Amino acid sequence: MPKNTLSVLVENKPGVLARIAALFSRRGFNIDSLAVGPTEHPDVSRMTVVVDVDELPLEQVTKQLNKLVEVLKVVELEPQSSVQRQIVLVKVRADASNRSHIVETAELFRAKVVDVASDSLTIEATGKVEKIQALLGVLEPFGIRELVQSGVVAVGRGPRSITDRALRSA
Amino acid sequence: MTDSLTSTKASPADLAAQNRQRPSAPAAPAVPAVPEPCTGAQSLVKSLEAIGVDTVFGLPGGAILPAYDPLMDSTKVRHILVRHEQGAGHAAEGYAVASGRIGVCMATSGPGATNLVTPIADAYMDSVPMVAITGQVNSAAIGTDAFQEADIRGITMPITKHNYLVTNPDEIPRAIAEAFHIAGTGRPGPVLVDISKDALTGSTTFSWPPVIDLPGYRPVARPHGKQIREAARYIAAARQPLFYIGGGVIRARASEVLRTLVDLTQIPVVTTLMARGAVPDSHPLHLGMPGMHGSVAAVTALQKTDLIIALGTRFDDRVTGQLSTFAPNAKVIHADIDPAEISKNRTADVPIVGDCKDVITDLIEAITAEQAAHGAAEYEAWQATVAEWKETYPVGYTTTPDGLSPQYVIERLGALSGPEATYVAGVGQHQMWAAQFVQYSRPNSWINSGGLGTMGFAVPAAMGAKVAEPHRTVWAIDGDGCFQMTNQELATCVINDIPIKVAVINNSSLGMVRQWQTLFYNERYSNTDLHTSHNQQRIPDFVKLGDAYGCASWRVERPEEVDEAIIKALEINDRPVVIDFVVHRDAMVWPMVPAGVSNDKILIARGGAPLWEREA
Repeated sequence: MPKNTLSVLVENKPGVLARIAALFSRRGFNIDSLAVGPTEHPDVSRMTVVVDVDELPLEQVTKQLNKLVEVLKVVELEPQSSVQRQIVLVKVRADASNRSHIVETAELFRAKVVDVASDSLTIEATGKVEKIQALLGVLEPFGIRELVQSGVVAVGRGPRSITDRALRSA
Repeated sequence: MTDSLTSTKASPADLAAQNRQRPSAPAAPAVPAVPEPCTGAQSLVKSLEAIGVDTVFGLPGGAILPAYDPLMDSTKVRHILVRHEQGAGHAAEGYAVASGRIGVCMATSGPGATNLVTPIADAYMDSVPMVAITGQVNSAAIGTDAFQEADIRGITMPITKHNYLVTNPDEIPRAIAEAFHIAGTGRPGPVLVDISKDALTGSTTFSWPPVIDLPGYRPVARPHGKQIREAARYIAAARQPLFYIGGGVIRARASEVLRTLVDLTQIPVVTTLMARGAVPDSHPLHLGMPGMHGSVAAVTALQKTDLIIALGTRFDDRVTGQLSTFAPNAKVIHADIDPAEISKNRTADVPIVGDCKDVITDLIEAITAEQAAHGAAEYEAWQATVAEWKETYPVGYTTTPDGLSPQYVIERLGALSGPEATYVAGVGQHQMWAAQFVQYSRPNSWINSGGLGTMGFAVPAAMGAKVAEPHRTVWAIDGDGCFQMTNQELATCVINDIPIKVAVINNSSLGMVRQWQTLFYNERYSNTDLHTSHNQQRIPDFVKLGDAYGCASWRVERPEEVDEAIIKALEINDRPVVIDFVVHRDAMVWPMVPAGVSNDKILIARGGAPLWEREA
């Protein structure tokens, strides 16, 4: 199924995340990833939700989200007209024999080593979902001890700001 | 995404002005704007008074107790003490539907609040404007599993239009003002305000109006002119168009303009369970109710139409039957105030977002212009066809040789009480018969639980309707199963002088379930016998039960007693009436489209399809 990325601007109030998560669950929409954080405006939070739905349910998702009183704006971000990134921290088994090899591999992906121990390395990488998947594929043979990924965050390309417009009308 | 955002940042005074035009909320009387020191509880009661609330249905308990103290002194707000919080919720619904104002119910934390869950869900499904106020444990105790603590805000998130948890007394007026604004505007619905006990006991100042700030709430859009003109063109081009009218027309108070539209276009019309009374049943173009127990004419017209003009309705599964075979040849014009309903179940060719009254008014204008330019469209062949279906397959029933037919009781009840009475039903066979055999000609004269299908709705909802409109005769048409779920509110009715009339259609069983067992489970009647009249058992005896509550009550078992009993009930206005109509238990609701099958498979009786099916 196609994946769609929605940016959801919400009022920064208690319970908003629960409300949105509950809506997805109740209506049977699948969340692929979800990232929440503050914006340049203290009263507004921004969620990036990647959903796994067909076109018609996506229309229902946005309509149902728009019905929530605390939702200010819902925008679908197309992959070609937006920048979409996620971050991963991965702890890889490493010893003296392969450490430099792993570091080289990480550098090829412009990933950074952020922690070193006698038998492990922790690598931080940022990028598109595909790049992260490729990196993990290459690191896999070394032995992945621990893996943590953020949800995707995304912003539209060009000078326009969805927060700006949402707040001006607010 | 659209950029056309209009914000909602209105003061309650603006809202009061709007409400005067469309009185969905009581108009706000003048209140001094000077802040007065008071408690949160006093602030709550003052807020309710300022909004114009005249009735609250509720039941006190520990956490809400502080609010009940100033409530005792209020001369503007009448509190009606119910016997179960569910009764308060349904009473608020009945009050709201009958009056068009916002119903209010109140309960304490924990079990008090959870007992409101069913009515809240019911109001959400049927778009009933309601505000539920609940007490919550002290804010310091929230999250500790304190005595009578329940996360009612979390619990009601999926069944409210919006909800609040207030822990600061200063925020009470704004939360109450916003709750009423949200409940009564756009697509109406329930809003819950949960207030912690320390917010009620804490010190604050009261000033009115508070500033409402709801930047994400944009309830109403004007219908798009281009879409309206497109709809007019579709209507002009159609050969077999059909109005499919839903409860949204009633909530929008659009019955009158709808009548104008129907008369202007001469297009046949069906009214759903939630829209009974939106168009008088006596109207020649009215084909009755569509759906699982709809009339043959209404169901068949939807299957054969080439253009559905759906107004304030949501293509519910009980109307469409199997969706893939529903109205296979029809284009769809779908107007609704809630954009999420459009193309949810059936894709609309012409989507129109807007209040039904605006949509219909604009449609009248566009169609009049269309007619002036190109002449009125003629649908004579179609009108003749549907009229023939209506005449050949009227909704009827076969009387049983022995005993009393439930349909006859309901038919006589409607005929003798007339269109000015209000009819409130529970859920099940009696509800369907009440929808079929009472002749409606007035919006809001029919009140029932359509979406959620809540058994036990009738008695408390009738109580609320009677409080809203004391001058009207209010009948609760109830089943013996439903009646046993909420009859304790008869005590509330007797004590508070709310003389409703209850017709218990007593077939001694969970009749609709029994009907399905008859049809689909080889007559194996698993757990549907209620022992309330057949086999010499009356447990309980409804006449004695009504008597115990102080109601006038008696039993009717023979057809010749029916008229006399109803006339006698209509003459009693000093206390509630309970009539135990002991009816035949094998009567079934027909026509019927079995669940999940195509509407083409409608049956007019057991094993009996309309003639054209048998010929085919």
